[in-house]
Amino acid sequence: MKWLAGGLWRLAPFVFVIAIWYLVRWSGLVAPGLLPAPHEVALTLVALLRGGSYLLDIWLSVQRVLLGLVFGMILAVPVGFMIGWNKQLRRFFDPLINFFRALPPIALIPLVIVYLGIGEVAKVAILFYASFFAAVIVMYEGMSQISPIYIKVSRTLGASDWEIFAKVIVPLTLPHVLTAARVALGVAWATLVAAELVAAQHGLGAVIQNASSFFNLKVIYAGIITIGFFALLMDSLLRALSRRFLAWQDSHAQ
Amino acid sequence: MKDIKVQFRGVSKTYGALEVVQNVTFDIAEGDFVSLVGPSGCGKTTLMNMLAGFTSPSSGEVLLEGRPVTGPGPDRGVMFQEYGVFPWLTVEKNIRFGLNLSMHRGMPRAEKDQIVERYLELMRLKDFRNAWPKNLSGGMRQRLALARAYAANPHFMLMDEPFGALDAQTRSDMHDLLLGIMQAERKTALLITHSVDEAIYLSNRVLVISARPSRVLEEVEIPFAYPRNRDLLDDPEFIRLRRYLRDLVMKQYADQQALG
Ligand SMILES: Nc1ncnc2c1ncn2[C@@H]1O[C@H](COP(=O)(O)OP(=O)(O)O)[C@@H](O)[C@H]1O
Ligand SMILES: [Mg+2]
Repeated sequence: MKWLAGGLWRLAPFVFVIAIWYLVRWSGLVAPGLLPAPHEVALTLVALLRGGSYLLDIWLSVQRVLLGLVFGMILAVPVGFMIGWNKQLRRFFDPLINFFRALPPIALIPLVIVYLGIGEVAKVAILFYASFFAAVIVMYEGMSQISPIYIKVSRTLGASDWEIFAKVIVPLTLPHVLTAARVALGVAWATLVAAELVAAQHGLGAVIQNASSFFNLKVIYAGIITIGFFALLMDSLLRALSRRFLAWQDSHAQ
Repeated sequence: MKDIKVQFRGVSKTYGALEVVQNVTFDIAEGDFVSLVGPSGCGKTTLMNMLAGFTSPSSGEVLLEGRPVTGPGPDRGVMFQEYGVFPWLTVEKNIRFGLNLSMHRGMPRAEKDQIVERYLELMRLKDFRNAWPKNLSGGMRQRLALARAYAANPHFMLMDEPFGALDAQTRSDMHDLLLGIMQAERKTALLITHSVDEAIYLSNRVLVISARPSRVLEEVEIPFAYPRNRDLLDDPEFIRLRRYLRDLVMKQYADQQALG
């Protein structure tokens, strides 16, 4: 019963947005041709899912996001760790990283095409770029806030350097890794449509772009909602991981 | 004559232009409970850090069993001002942390369990063995830090204002708990405190530290035998010592205030 009530509460904000959506449409403020009704979008979505190729679009986009995220994290964790640990390194890299992060990935597309062509690698590279810079900042800012007291304590208890790393630094790093992954995941999804500007035949971004050349608003809305759904789903998974492994934190990821 | 365990020999410490410790000399003998009393910012933590091995003197030396201190080690348990309880470990695992290190590899599991149980019991943390530190009160965290330090079985206990953040009742509870455990385990202790009462009640020797830079102004023997209890607080000699030490310390507080 409680579980059910919790689930309903989680749905409430979406119900609210859909209600507003209907209100705007019925109010006549926006020409009906410019704003499809929610149920029309829902029917379009069902039709797309039945059509078959939409599942491939979803799969390709999810795969690109995951690859970009995973490679981004594989590099961001050790790099963020080292930069976070060392003040000198931090002072050196901080402006650089902020510069590169501030570049909109879309501006890099011409360069990516020149260097990496228009295949899968190019698309994943853009997502990797976006994930890496988002994650590395979260990592090193988190790391630099780790209090040295725990390391001092473990030294007085007789811990070796390796034990300090494995038993103190790793558990203290984990929350920042998870936060970095969540931030990077959001950024990767946000960059997806841009990444699929690179001559993508398939993928949710490509679906949205194709639909826009035909002014097919229902498909555009359906595509956006699908992206939102998968972004939320993957974020919920990471949140569940946080709850499971970071129950010790004062206020673990909500 | 008791064995001399720790010697501060003409120890000075400067941070850049700031002179924090100036020519400090004193000894700690086996079984001693020595308290350092002095105003905030005068350099007490720095003194303790030199014995703990986190900083070294700018001149002079700190000897441990006759040899200069080169770094931290499990022979010197430290209770930091900020406790440093590991937030990612439960109460029980915090206590077990030291025992699970490779240096205790040879110890049988059953013996480790026994040690953990003993300190859970002594520090009245049994009901909270599986709790996260975030859910503990200040007093419980403090007892946990003490239990963790003791479980590693150090020779010396170095304690930096461990009771500062506790309310009066918890604080006096902790005093008796600490006295009990010190009595049972015959450790040697160095305590940093603001409280003259605390220093007299717990120690057999009190060193009054001057305003910065730290010097040892006065060494006072506390003549009361252990075990002690709260009746001591009404003892005329206790009251006399308290008045004497308070006057000394108050003067140093005023001088340190003037330093800013
Ligand atoms: N690592 C350090 N670098 C520079 N100054 C320090 C350092 N550690 C302590 N100090 C300074 O030394 C003085 C004494 O500090 P501390 O030993 O912590 O005093 P206490 O513990 O008596 O309050 C303070 O003025 C503090 O700012
Ligand atoms: Mg201090």
